[in-house]
Amino acid sequence: MIEVQHLHKTFRVARRDAGFAQACRSLFRREYEEIRALDDISFTIQEGEMVGYIGPNGAGKSSTIKVLSGILVPDSGTCIINGRVPWKERVRHVKEIGVVFGQRTQLWWDVPVIDSFELLRDIYEIPEEIYRENREELTELLNLAELLRTPARQLSLGQRMRCEIAASLLHSPKILFLDEPTIGLDAVSKLAVRDFIRKQNEKHGTTVILTTHDMQDIEALTDRIILIGKGKILLDGSLTDIPGAEENLDLAVANLYHQYGI
Amino acid sequence: MRKYLSFFRLRFSMGLQYRAAAAAGIVTQFAWGGMEILVYRAFYRADAAAFPMTMQQVSAYIWLQQAFLALFMSWMMENEIFDGIRNGNVVYELCRPVDLYAMWFSRSMANRLSKAVLRCFPILLIAAILPDPYGMGLPVSVSAAGLFLVGMTLGLIVTVAFCMLVYGFTFFTISPDGLRIFCVSAVELLAGEILPLPFFPDGLRRIVELLPFASMQNVPLRIYSGNISGTEAIRAVGLQAFWAAALILAGRAVLNKACSRMTIQGG
Repeated sequence: MIEVQHLHKTFRVARRDAGFAQACRSLFRREYEEIRALDDISFTIQEGEMVGYIGPNGAGKSSTIKVLSGILVPDSGTCIINGRVPWKERVRHVKEIGVVFGQRTQLWWDVPVIDSFELLRDIYEIPEEIYRENREELTELLNLAELLRTPARQLSLGQRMRCEIAASLLHSPKILFLDEPTIGLDAVSKLAVRDFIRKQNEKHGTTVILTTHDMQDIEALTDRIILIGKGKILLDGSLTDIPGAEENLDLAVANLYHQYGI
Repeated sequence: MRKYLSFFRLRFSMGLQYRAAAAAGIVTQFAWGGMEILVYRAFYRADAAAFPMTMQQVSAYIWLQQAFLALFMSWMMENEIFDGIRNGNVVYELCRPVDLYAMWFSRSMANRLSKAVLRCFPILLIAAILPDPYGMGLPVSVSAAGLFLVGMTLGLIVTVAFCMLVYGFTFFTISPDGLRIFCVSAVELLAGEILPLPFFPDGLRRIVELLPFASMQNVPLRIYSGNISGTEAIRAVGLQAFWAAALILAGRAVLNKACSRMTIQGG
């Protein structure tokens, strides 16, 4: 279970106008602006739920994921995941979660994917039996058989993403954070990834939190959405709560962003 | 422990696959070592008595330095770590149930050792068959050989621990370049990479020998060549152990501090 209450996080961002004169001026006087990345965020997610976390660029989605995975320490507020505070017991916490950052890679670039998997096996101290079992299951479901012996750098984006997802599930995590997992994927790979996430949730009861800009991801996967904008939660409910969602989801969400002025 | 060994293994086997780089390195190090020896030869022919080390000791120092260059050179820092800190890929490493310091430490050790293993043998072999005083003989005694091995190990640990400190500070400065250039230049001079420390003026040398930089390659290379021995050598090795412990503690503190106030920028 994930319980988040009154999370706050502020970043200081240096700002200046364009041009050389302004650049020189900023040598002596620098203007900072405080950005509220997270502004009183609270929600509760039950075990086995699939939640879509949506919002425009810069809304605070990734910051929330970073707090939940123990990487970012918030300014104030509490967050308890399966009885632990992520950033205080980072090592024990991360053993139970899997994370995919769609824009980054966790595979070792110069070695075959299978080597990365074996390293993860040792890092997470996965018993050999379970590792074999999980690897075989993931290989079959994500169609990785031919990719495992290839160095990660020679995979296409879609191939790599499938391997990334497999890599973050080898240790049977109870909670899976997916930060834009379908970014840049072609239609076939997208469908495969969505299908796989759904099966994973059904079969293993994995809690899934998904951030994405692709409304079809949300439609295909989640019953519940949390909408965030300018660091605040604006809506916590189901897709049907969004007016006009039935006809055109993208348009409906865009209208919603507009309506909230974000 | 097993996870760090496994990490070490992967990194080590990765390092072994760069054969062309190793071949190029061997050639460069030969040329460089040969050139240095020619320069010293010219000096020693003018007046051999004016120098603090014998020509034979200097030759052994240079060949060992070239053979094990990858173990001690300060500029061989891990670009992947710097890039990871700069572009935020370090998030993935923080999402693992591992101690970041230990993981990076074992990775740096593996990287340096794999490079050294590929390069050292041809250089050692040729240095061994070169005629005296331009080649390299066996260590002066069994105890010197033992101390040399201990000194090498501690020297490698001190070097890596120092690099870890630089990685830690990079979290605060964002760009590693300034810090890196400063540290590399300092180490190059003060560790005896350019000029063995006995050649320094006496007063300065006494101070420099106490600094952590002197606990890198300076101690093992001088033990092997017979420039320091007996209690002096044991004291030097003790100082190495002290600096290894101190730098590891400092590096851990910096990294912990960095992680607690870190923000990973970008989506």
